[in-house]
Amino acid sequence: MEDLNKDACPHHHGNEPKENPRRNFLKQTSLLTAVALTPGVAVKAAENHLDEAVAAVFEKMPLHVEINGVNQSLSIEPRVTLLDLLREQLHLTGTKKGCDYGQCGACTVHVDGHRVNSCLTLAMTVDGKKVTTIEGLANGDELHPMQEAFIKHDGFQCGYCTPGQIMSAVACIREGHANSEAEIREYMSGNICRCGAYPNIVNAIQEVKAGGQQV
Amino acid sequence: MKQFQYVRPTTQQSVLDAIAKPGAKVLAGGSNLVDLMKHGVMSPDKLIDIQKLPLRGISKSLGNTSSISIGALELNSAVAEHALIKQELPLLSQALNAGASAQLRNMATVGGNMMQRTRCPYFYDIAMPCNKRNPGSGCGALEGFNRMHAIFGASDKCIAVHPSDMCIALVALDATVEVASRKGKRYIKFADFHRLPGNTPELDNNLAHDELITRVIVPTNNFAKNSYYLKVRDRASYAFALVSVAAALDIDNGTIRSARLAMGGVAHKPWRLHEAEKALVGKPANKASFEQAAQIAMQGAKAYKDNAFKLKLAPATITEALTHAAGLA
Ligand SMILES: Cc1cc2nc3c(=O)[nH]c(=O)nc-3n(C[C@H](O)[C@H](O)[C@H](O)COP(=O)(O)OP(=O)(O)OC[C@H]3O[C@@H](n4cnc5c(N)ncnc54)[C@H](O)[C@@H]3O)c2cc1C
Ligand code: SF4
Ligand code: FES
Ligand code: FES
Repeated sequence: MEDLNKDACPHHHGNEPKENPRRNFLKQTSLLTAVALTPGVAVKAAENHLDEAVAAVFEKMPLHVEINGVNQSLSIEPRVTLLDLLREQLHLTGTKKGCDYGQCGACTVHVDGHRVNSCLTLAMTVDGKKVTTIEGLANGDELHPMQEAFIKHDGFQCGYCTPGQIMSAVACIREGHANSEAEIREYMSGNICRCGAYPNIVNAIQEVKAGGQQV
Repeated sequence: MKQFQYVRPTTQQSVLDAIAKPGAKVLAGGSNLVDLMKHGVMSPDKLIDIQKLPLRGISKSLGNTSSISIGALELNSAVAEHALIKQELPLLSQALNAGASAQLRNMATVGGNMMQRTRCPYFYDIAMPCNKRNPGSGCGALEGFNRMHAIFGASDKCIAVHPSDMCIALVALDATVEVASRKGKRYIKFADFHRLPGNTPELDNNLAHDELITRVIVPTNNFAKNSYYLKVRDRASYAFALVSVAAALDIDNGTIRSARLAMGGVAHKPWRLHEAEKALVGKPANKASFEQAAQIAMQGAKAYKDNAFKLKLAPATITEALTHAAGLA
C-alpha cells in the first residue's frame, strides 16, 4: 500500500503526466482513504495475504527503475513497453522504434548490463533494475569509445539504427564475442541496418576491441 | 495491446494459485507473449510475471543416472554460455546460439522457449483464418503460401511447424520436463511434451493450463565429442529454420555405437528420427551410412504447394549434420 504514498519517495522526479486527476487525487489521500476507495477484490487480496501487488487493480502501477543513473519513480499502465516508456514518457528518444516486434534491434538497451529489445520488454518487468540507453553511454561531454569509433569509421548513414547498433556493439565486446569479423557479424545480427553500414560497423567494433579500453 | 492486470508473485504457490484461474497467463521473458499480445493474437486478462521465482540454476547430479538440471527461468544466453553445457551438452549450446539474436536470447527463458508458438504467418495475422488461433475458422496456409510449413505429421486442420531450435536439441538428448501444479509435480518426457495438430491444433503441447514448467532434466551422455546442430535458413543468421537437424553420434573406432537425430522446421513438434537412428547403429561413420539414414528419415514425408523443396533440403541437411558431427566435414 505504501506505493500510493508517492510523495514520500525521495527520488520522485514527477515524470508522470500531470493531467491525471485520478492520480493527483490518489496522491493526496491518506492511506486510509485509499483503502476505502480500493475495489473489494484488492482488499480481499490484501486480507488473504496474496503476495501480489494490490495496485494491480488500478489502471496504473508504480515503477521504480534507475535509468542512465537517475532513479525514477513512475506510474505506468502495465501494457506500456520499456521502449514506449523511454520515448514517450521520459522523452529519451535516442532509443529508436523500428519494427516494434523484436525483429530489427533498433530499440536495443541494456538492462542490468545485458542487452535486450526494449520493444518486447514490458516496462513493469524492469522494476528495481538499471537501464542504460544510448543517452547514458557517454561520460558527460566525453563520448563513449564506441561512439567515437562509429564516427571515425563512418558506421552510419541515415543513423536511424545507430543507437541500437552501438548498444549492441558495446555488449558484443563485453560478452566476449568480438574476437573475429565472423563472430562480430554473428553477434551483431540482431541489429538490422537498411543503409547497409555493416562493414564500417564491424571495423568500428574491431578497433574498440583492439584498443582494449574498458567499454 | 489490450488492457490486462499485471502481478509479480514471489512464491511458486501463489503462481500456481493464480494460473489455475481462467484468463491468466504466465509471463517469463515476454519475447513471444508480448509480441503475440501486440499483434492481438493472444489477449490474457492477467499476466503472472514469474521472474521472481527461484527457478534458476544449472547443475549436474550424480544419482543412479547422472543428469544435468536446467531451471525454467534460465536465460537462453546463459544456458548456451554455461561451461557445463558447453562441455557436456554442446549440441544444446549450439542449438540455442542458432536461435533468434543475442538480445532476444538475453530475454528468452528455457520454459518460454518450449512454449513459444508457431511463426505461421496466418496464425500471426488476425485477419486470416487459422484453426490454431481461432478453432473452426479454417487453415489459411493449407491452400495458401505454405513455404515454411510441415512435411511430417500435419493434419488437414493445421500444417504449421514448431519454431524452436532449443527443443530440437532437447528431444534428441532425451530430456525430461518437470512441471508443477497445485496437485504436485509430474514429469513429461520431452518427446511427449509437444503434440501433433490432429483435430485440436489450438493445443501446442500437453502442459495443462494450471501447470508451470519448473525445470528441464537432461541425462548425461557420450555424444559430446560428435554432435552438431545445423540450421538452414533464408539468411545467414537471425531467422527461423527452414529445416534444422540435431545430430549426435557415439563413435567407437570408426563404427557408430549409437546415434541421435531430430529435425526442426518440418513438423508441428520437434521431429525425432528413430528409424534413421537405428539404421546408423553398427555402421561405419561415413557418408554412405549418413545418406542411407537420411533416406530412411524421409519416409512418409508429404509436401504442400510451396514447400516441396524441403523434401530435398531435409535429407541433404541430415547428411551434412551427420558429416559435421562425425568430424568429417
Ligand atoms: C524476431 C524473433 C526471432 C526469433 N528467432 C528464434 C529462432 O530462430 N529460434 C528460436 O528457437 N526462437 C526464436 N525466437 C523465439 C524466442 O526464442 C522465444 O520468444 C523465447 O524463447 C520465449 O521465451 P520467453 O521467456 O521470452 O517467453 P514468454 O514470451 O514470456 O512466454 C512464452 C510462452 O511461454 C509461457 N511460459 C513461459 N514460461 C513458462 C513456464 N515456466 N511454465 C509454463 N509456461 C511458461 C508463457 O505463458 C507464454 O505462453 C525468436 C523471437 C523473435 C521475436
Ligand atoms: S497452418 Fe496452423 S497455424 Fe497456420 S493457418 Fe493453418 S491452422 Fe493456423
Ligand atoms: S523496435 Fe524493437 S526490435 Fe525493432
Ligand atoms: S544507418 Fe541507416 S539504418 Fe543503419
